[in-house]
Amino acid sequence: MKAIYILCVRQLKRYVRSPARIIGSLGQPILFLVALGFGLRSMFARAGGGDYINFLSPGIISMAILFNAVFSGIEIIWDRQFGFLKETLVAPVSRLEIVFGRMLGGAIVALVQGIVVFVICLVAGFRIVSSPYAWLAVVFMFLIALLFAGIGTVFGSVLRDMQGFPLIINFLIMPLFFFSGAIFSANGLPKVLRIGLQLNPLSYGVDGLRGACSAVFAYGLKTDLAIGIVLTGVLLALGSYFFSKIQL
Amino acid sequence: MADMIAVHDLVKNYGDFCAVNHVTFTVPEGKIFGFLGPNGAGKTTTIKMLTTVLDPTSGSIRVNGHDPTREQKAVRKSFGIVFQDPSLDDELTGFENMDLHGVLYGVPRGERHKRIDTLVDFVGLGERKNDLVKTYSGGMKRRLEVARALLHTPRILFLDEPTIGLDPQTRNHIWGYIQQLSKDEGVTVFFTTHYMDEADRVAGEVAVIDHGKIVAQGSPAELKERTKCSSLEDAFIALTGHAIREEEANAIDRMRMMGRAWRGAGRR
Repeated sequence: MKAIYILCVRQLKRYVRSPARIIGSLGQPILFLVALGFGLRSMFARAGGGDYINFLSPGIISMAILFNAVFSGIEIIWDRQFGFLKETLVAPVSRLEIVFGRMLGGAIVALVQGIVVFVICLVAGFRIVSSPYAWLAVVFMFLIALLFAGIGTVFGSVLRDMQGFPLIINFLIMPLFFFSGAIFSANGLPKVLRIGLQLNPLSYGVDGLRGACSAVFAYGLKTDLAIGIVLTGVLLALGSYFFSKIQL
Repeated sequence: MADMIAVHDLVKNYGDFCAVNHVTFTVPEGKIFGFLGPNGAGKTTTIKMLTTVLDPTSGSIRVNGHDPTREQKAVRKSFGIVFQDPSLDDELTGFENMDLHGVLYGVPRGERHKRIDTLVDFVGLGERKNDLVKTYSGGMKRRLEVARALLHTPRILFLDEPTIGLDPQTRNHIWGYIQQLSKDEGVTVFFTTHYMDEADRVAGEVAVIDHGKIVAQGSPAELKERTKCSSLEDAFIALTGHAIREEEANAIDRMRMMGRAWRGAGRR
């Protein structure tokens, strides 16, 4: 347990000490929020969708969490190249503790980053409907963080260098983000895309977060929560499995 | 004196290639043991098997009386290691690197902090312990790694080319600490190096490995005597030949090299 704790602390320290990373990873969500949020706001309202900032903000918060969580998993490659990974792998603790420490630490960092973006969204005009579900916003944010820390860990364990990284971002992470209902809803989409959305694990996280903030769930609170928890469990297990197969 | 490391008939195959070929040796407790050999001779593969990160194909290993394949935790607690390449977290301070190590090895807090202070002073980093490791020089990083490897009071210290790329002053310092440690605390030291003068000076016993086999073993004086050479370097060359070895990072590289050699032979 202490190993898990100290590895979490390590990641938080690295995060706090790297202002460039904090600000750098805020750039993309702010860009999307401003460009899409204000750019499409009047059109969205005219089409009868309500306030687009309110619709978009949970998507943008999810995006910030998603990228940070995946990145923290990919950091395994860095630790392998700079050698720190070896230090942890010959220590008398199980690989399971090490990988859990890493995933939990990465998820906490991503959650913190998500909260920062949450505040930025509030400044930009995002309004939360007070409902008994509001507190679940943090739960869904943390589920998204854990789930994608798991995915990042899978890739960080399998890849040997950073060359595959753009491939993952462009062919997995970006599509997962765009087709999650983060920037548009599933209503009125062609059937193929709608099914795609339903197969995307992020869709349920985004919907859960949006539902917690607006008290309206597209897939239903129970569905969002159940699928979120199950998939997070599966991805954490997969991350642990691939991490345990790392050869020095 | 008990044997701290006992290796019997150890074999490691990568496909068709035999990296370690029926190797047998023992290292008595408290000894400084040099494991010498050209690039690709099987040194690092052997260290990996001794330190639980690689399973042997066959043969038996005892480290501090434990089997690295079955009693990983017990073996891991028994040794400290300085890897060939750096293994510190640059974004943490020297103290934090040590502290993290101590927690991973289950050293209680009070004892941990006391030992960290003693050890960073011992390697001359007391003043810099709260600076980020990325501000350290190569020699300072190495010294910190040596200090870190000793934090959990291991019985054995593995050093895989600990002085590579360091200036003579730092090399001297590092061996100074290690010799003192071996004397004061009876820590068994198992090291590899390419600097034969170092091995000659510090090792009580050396084994020379080549092509996965041990070709000679004994004190540096005995090896020089046997080969009728005046220096250990000459003795080493007499034992392993003059051919320059290709450095192989792993089995795949080795296979590529074999392929190259094979195609070359075919053309001739």
